[in-house]
Amino acid sequence: MTAYIIRRLLLLPVLLFGVTMLIFGMLQFLSPVERSALYVRDIPKNENVIEGVIKRYGFDKPIYVQYWRWLAGFKDRDGTYRPGILQGNFGYSRTGNQPVIDLIKQRFPNTLDLALWSVVPIIAIGLWLGVQAAVHHNGWFDQAARIFSIIGSSFPTFVFGLLVLMIFYANLRWFPPGRVSDWANQVLRSADYHSYTSLVTIDSLLNGRLDVFLDALRHMILPILTLSYINWATFLRVTRSSMLETLRQEYVTTARAKGVKEKDVINKHARPNALIPVTTLAGFQVVGLLGGVVITETVFTYPGIGSAAAAAASALDVVTVLGFALFNGLVLILANLVVDVLYGLIDPRVRLA
Amino acid sequence: MTVSQKQMDEVLPETIAVRKIGRLERFLGPDNYRIIKGLLTTPASIAGFILIALFVLTAIFAPYIAPPISKRDPYKIPRDGFSPDPKPLGTEWKRNPPPLPFWWKPIMKSDTWVHLMGTAAGQWDIFYGVIWGTRTALWTGILITAATVIIGVLVGSVSAYYGGLVDNILMRIVDVFLTLPFILAALILAAVLTPKLGRTVLPAVIALVTFGWMGYSRLVRGDILSVRERDYILAARVIGVKDRRILLKHILPNAIFPTLVVASLDVGGYVLSFAALSFLGIGTEIGYADWGQLLSFARAWITNLSTYWYIVVFPGMALVLFVLGWNLVGDALRDVLDPKMRGARK
Repeated sequence: MTAYIIRRLLLLPVLLFGVTMLIFGMLQFLSPVERSALYVRDIPKNENVIEGVIKRYGFDKPIYVQYWRWLAGFKDRDGTYRPGILQGNFGYSRTGNQPVIDLIKQRFPNTLDLALWSVVPIIAIGLWLGVQAAVHHNGWFDQAARIFSIIGSSFPTFVFGLLVLMIFYANLRWFPPGRVSDWANQVLRSADYHSYTSLVTIDSLLNGRLDVFLDALRHMILPILTLSYINWATFLRVTRSSMLETLRQEYVTTARAKGVKEKDVINKHARPNALIPVTTLAGFQVVGLLGGVVITETVFTYPGIGSAAAAAASALDVVTVLGFALFNGLVLILANLVVDVLYGLIDPRVRLA
Repeated sequence: MTVSQKQMDEVLPETIAVRKIGRLERFLGPDNYRIIKGLLTTPASIAGFILIALFVLTAIFAPYIAPPISKRDPYKIPRDGFSPDPKPLGTEWKRNPPPLPFWWKPIMKSDTWVHLMGTAAGQWDIFYGVIWGTRTALWTGILITAATVIIGVLVGSVSAYYGGLVDNILMRIVDVFLTLPFILAALILAAVLTPKLGRTVLPAVIALVTFGWMGYSRLVRGDILSVRERDYILAARVIGVKDRRILLKHILPNAIFPTLVVASLDVGGYVLSFAALSFLGIGTEIGYADWGQLLSFARAWITNLSTYWYIVVFPGMALVLFVLGWNLVGDALRDVLDPKMRGARK
C-alpha cells in the first residue's frame, strides 16, 4: 500500500507542473498590457506605456524566468513586491472588479453547497437504479432504465435546465433561479446573522433561521434535479454493467447453489464487489461537482465559481478565467489523489497493478 | 440408411459449423465484421441511423427548405425588424422576407412567408436558424471529430510504438490535459483565442479539439499494445519484417478500427459541447445559424418562458434529437464491443 501511495504521490509534481504550464502557456496569448492585470487592478489604457509595462513586469525576460516569477512572485523594477500564484495572487478580475482570489472565496462556498446537496440523490438513486436494472436484466425495468439513461445522456444540460425552468418557474412559479430571495438576502446581510461556514444552508440552520434554510433549498431544487438527471445516466450504466458482471461470477452461483436467499445473494454477496468500480466514478463525479458546474450554474444564475468563470469568459476577461482554471486544476489534482488512494484501499488489485 | 442430399444440407452446417463467409466479412475480418453487423441489426441503432440520416438530408437540402436571402452568406439568420420582443409562431414575415420555399405554396395555398417557429429577441427567425443550424452542427461535429481522431491516433501510436520514456512523457501530457474539466478547459481556450481569431466558429472548434483528443490516444495505445502480442505479429517478426512496416501494415490497421468506430459516434457529443460553448456566449457572432446560440437567446427571457416557450423548445429539440441519434448508435456499439456483455443470458 505504501508503495502504491508513493507511486501515486510521485505523479503529483508532474501534474502540478503540467497544469501550471498549461495555464501559463494560455496566458502567453495575451498582450503584455493585458497580462499586467495579473498584478494591478487598473490596466494601463494608454498605448505609449506598453514599453514601460513590459520593462516593469519583466515581460521581456526569458520565458522560464517569467514562469518562475509568475509562480513565486518577484520585485518589479520600482521595487514593489508582486506576489505570485503560490502566495495566492491570481490576478485582478476586470469583470468582478476585485482580486480573482477574493472572487473565488466569495463564490466557492455556493458551489460547495450545491455539490454537497447534489451528491446524495445522484449517488443513492443512481446506484439503486443500476443495481435494479442488473438484477432484472432484460426485464421491463432494465429496458425502461436503459431508455431513461440514453435520453438522459442525450439531453444537453442547458436544454434540460431551460425546460425545467420553463415548467417549474415560468409556469408553476414553484422553484425560482438564483441563490436566495431578496428578503432572505437581507437576513444574510443583517448584523445579528453570523456566518460560520459561508455555506448558506448550514449557516442558516446554525442561526436558527429555518425560513432562510428552506428558501435557499428551494432555489437549489432545480439545479440539483438537473445535475442528478444528467449524472444518473452515467451512474446507471456503470453500476448496471459492473453488477451484471459480478452476478455472473462463480462465487455468486455457489452462494445460490448453497441455497442462500436471492435477496442476500444480491445485497451481501454481489453488490459490495460490484460497487468497487462505481466508487471511482462516484469520486470523480463529486470532484467534478466541486470544480463548479459551468453550464448548470449559468442556466440557473446560481452564483458559484462555474457561472463566474462563464461570465468572465463571455466578457473575454481572460485573466479571471485562467485564475478560475488554475484554482480548479489544483482542487481537482488534490481531490483525484484522494480518490485514487481510497480506491487503492478498497480494491487490492489496483495497487498491485 | 441412406441420407438424402436435402437432409445433409439441413444437418451438415450445424454439425461441422460450416458458415458462408461473405466478401464484406473477408474484407473487414471477423471482429470488425461483427461490429458492423451488430450495428446494422439492432433496432435501437437502426432508429439512430434514421435520425442521423434525416439530419443529413436536412443539411443537404437546407437551401430548398429555408432559402437564404443572400447566397453568399447563408449562415446569417435573416431578421424581421429589430424589436426586442419575440413573436409567436405563424406571425407573418413583414420586413425583407427571404424567398418563399418551393413547398410552402402547394401545402398552405398562400403567398406570404411566416415565422414557422416564431422569432427570438431581435427578430431572428428560429425556423431558419434550426434548419441551417443543422449544417453548422454537422460540419463542425465532423471537423472536430476528424481532427481529434488524427491527433489522438498519432499520439497513441507513437506512444505505443516507441514505449519507454516517450510513452511515459506522452501519457503524462495526456494526464495533464485530462485534469481540467472538458467544458471549462475548452471555455478558457476559446476565450483566449476569440480576440485573435474573431467571433467565428474557429475558436470553439480549436478549443474542443485541443482538449478532446486524449481519450482516443489512450484507446489506440491500448489496442496497439494488445494487437502487438498476437501470434501473427510474432510470425511477421520471425520472418524479418521491419518494425515500421509491422506497425503500419500489420498492427495499426487492426488496432485502429474500434477507435474509428467509437470516434465516429462522438460527433453527437462534440456538437453538444460546441452548442454549450455557444450557449455560454463564446463562439459565433450573434445571428449565426447555430443551435447553441438560438438557445442562448432564451437566457434573457427566463421569467417569461411560458409565453416564449418556442425559443427553447424548437432549437432544443433539434439538438436533443441530433445527439440522441448518435447516442442510440453509440449505445448499440458499446454492447457489441463489450465482450463481457456478449452472449448475455436472456
